[in-house]
Amino acid sequence: MIEFQSVTKQYQGGQPAVDNLSLSIAKGTITVFVGPSGCGKTTSLRMINRMVEPTSGTITVGGRDVTSVPASELRRSMGYVMQSAGLLPHRTVLDNIATVPRLNGVSKADARRRAEELLDVVGLARPLAKRYPSQLSGGQQQRVGVARALAADPPVLLMDEPFSAVDPVVRDELQQELLRLQKDLAKTIVFVTHDIDEATTLGDRVAVFAVGGRLAQYATPEEILRAPANDFVASFVGRDRGFRHLGFTPSDGVTLHPVPTIVRGPSGPESDPAAAGGWQLVVDQDMRPLGWSTPGTDTGLIPGGSLFRPGESLRKALDAALSSPSGLGVAVDSEGKVLGAVRGGEVLALIEEARQLRQAAL
Amino acid sequence: MSVFSDTFAWLADPENWTGAAGIPARLGEHLQYTGLVMLIAVAIAVPVGMYVGHTGRGRVAIVALAGALRALPTLGLLTLFVLLAGIGLMPPVWALVILTVPPLLAGTYAGISSVDRNVVDAARAMGMTELQVLFRAELPNALTVMFGGFRTGVLQVIATVSVVAYINLGGLGRYLFDGLVLSDFPQMLGGSLLIAALAIAVDLVLSLFQRLFLTPGAAGQSRRSQQAAADLTDPVATEPVVQGGKP
Repeated sequence: MIEFQSVTKQYQGGQPAVDNLSLSIAKGTITVFVGPSGCGKTTSLRMINRMVEPTSGTITVGGRDVTSVPASELRRSMGYVMQSAGLLPHRTVLDNIATVPRLNGVSKADARRRAEELLDVVGLARPLAKRYPSQLSGGQQQRVGVARALAADPPVLLMDEPFSAVDPVVRDELQQELLRLQKDLAKTIVFVTHDIDEATTLGDRVAVFAVGGRLAQYATPEEILRAPANDFVASFVGRDRGFRHLGFTPSDGVTLHPVPTIVRGPSGPESDPAAAGGWQLVVDQDMRPLGWSTPGTDTGLIPGGSLFRPGESLRKALDAALSSPSGLGVAVDSEGKVLGAVRGGEVLALIEEARQLRQAAL
Repeated sequence: MSVFSDTFAWLADPENWTGAAGIPARLGEHLQYTGLVMLIAVAIAVPVGMYVGHTGRGRVAIVALAGALRALPTLGLLTLFVLLAGIGLMPPVWALVILTVPPLLAGTYAGISSVDRNVVDAARAMGMTELQVLFRAELPNALTVMFGGFRTGVLQVIATVSVVAYINLGGLGRYLFDGLVLSDFPQMLGGSLLIAALAIAVDLVLSLFQRLFLTPGAAGQSRRSQQAAADLTDPVATEPVVQGGKP
């Protein structure tokens, strides 16, 4: 879909920002450009819609050289989301989303109707439509930015660190929403980030750039974490890469053990003499976990660890066990009801098993 | 009697409020000259300021030029123009245009170039042509600053357009020059009070206009108060809370 052929960008009197980049991006996938500051990842992205012109080499989109059409026309055929949202301050949310359809000559009424649909798509409440950008939170502005990029239904979406200016909780939420959207829309997305976690979460393929604008590795996230091509990639991917790689190992074999629970009624915890001495999981009346307690002590409710949902990766299972005060990782179903508990030791055994399987396959 | 009570008497004299030399007529002339000067100055300064603000080309030149023009003495310039071009309406008007262009040019240039570069970059990346970037992204967000330059210019012209009376044109300046010749100080003081009052009144009208008509999202101060009000009253304004993963 998008093809870089020996693309180089050199600014006057300096090292190349992008050095002889050749890269092929498949249709309908998310490709993440990741790397430290000054590695040319944003420059590479901006060369796709000609916000930056390459010094040499060619870029084709859908087989067509990007220089064969006027820059403004080319840009209208690609959605663009940037770090600072970049919404027009004097226009309402609705009119901001309608920008590109309006540029394409769609009537105001039709463009606004389309914009209203997009509010729903990106999860913004309808009453926000009449707000001005400065009246929105950072996360909401980014959602508007995504809606604006989608408004003309372009096949290609370019995203330049779109989630790096929002707080981690909102970022996580936006990432999940992007993946959900992508399931329905199947756009060709090129996504730039400096955060390797974001890259491995979102990317179907990840391109790791090294300083000087060289492509260090281009592979699936699983492969980059498991088998970094060189020392640069290994050090960029970081210290926890072994643990993070578990995020790609399925948790099918994990055993769920029964866990002693007590129901916390409206009047507070009720004691269950049968389970005295061990840890008890405190749940509400719908069997949703609230925390742990140890009978006989007066410490009250001890906050629990992260939750594991069957079907998630071994990383989540192990983290649930490691972060739980009782050593038992709580597994819940899609409605949040307790299913049972996983034990850290058993998860580790599964990890070893998976490693041996991989080794045998080589 | 003191000059002040004489001035009051001059202002209150009904004879001074009628006829071709009366205060309403002079006021009308004063506003006409001001309007003419502003029209020409805006027609010159705004396009040039927009071009320089948008492209960044010629920035150094216009800053130097604006500074140099400001340093020119208006009365001297007026005399020079009249000597070169003769008595008439236009020579003094051109002298005043030269005085007025710098604040308008600076305001326009500053307004355009102070628009958030991310907004401009995004507008371009959306696929706007350069003209669309200028008129749909930069200009609407520059209006507040540009209008500030316009107000400065108008005040300057209202105060200075009095000098055209020096070459036998009308306007409120007549009272100053006639009073000077006749040593009629109440008339001079009355004239200057009228000019000051006119300047204040016009500025009030312009500030009202600015508040009513300039784009709501782009007005810095009111935007913040709107934001605060919205946050307090509307629950939709807050980011939805993610369900925590802690049991």
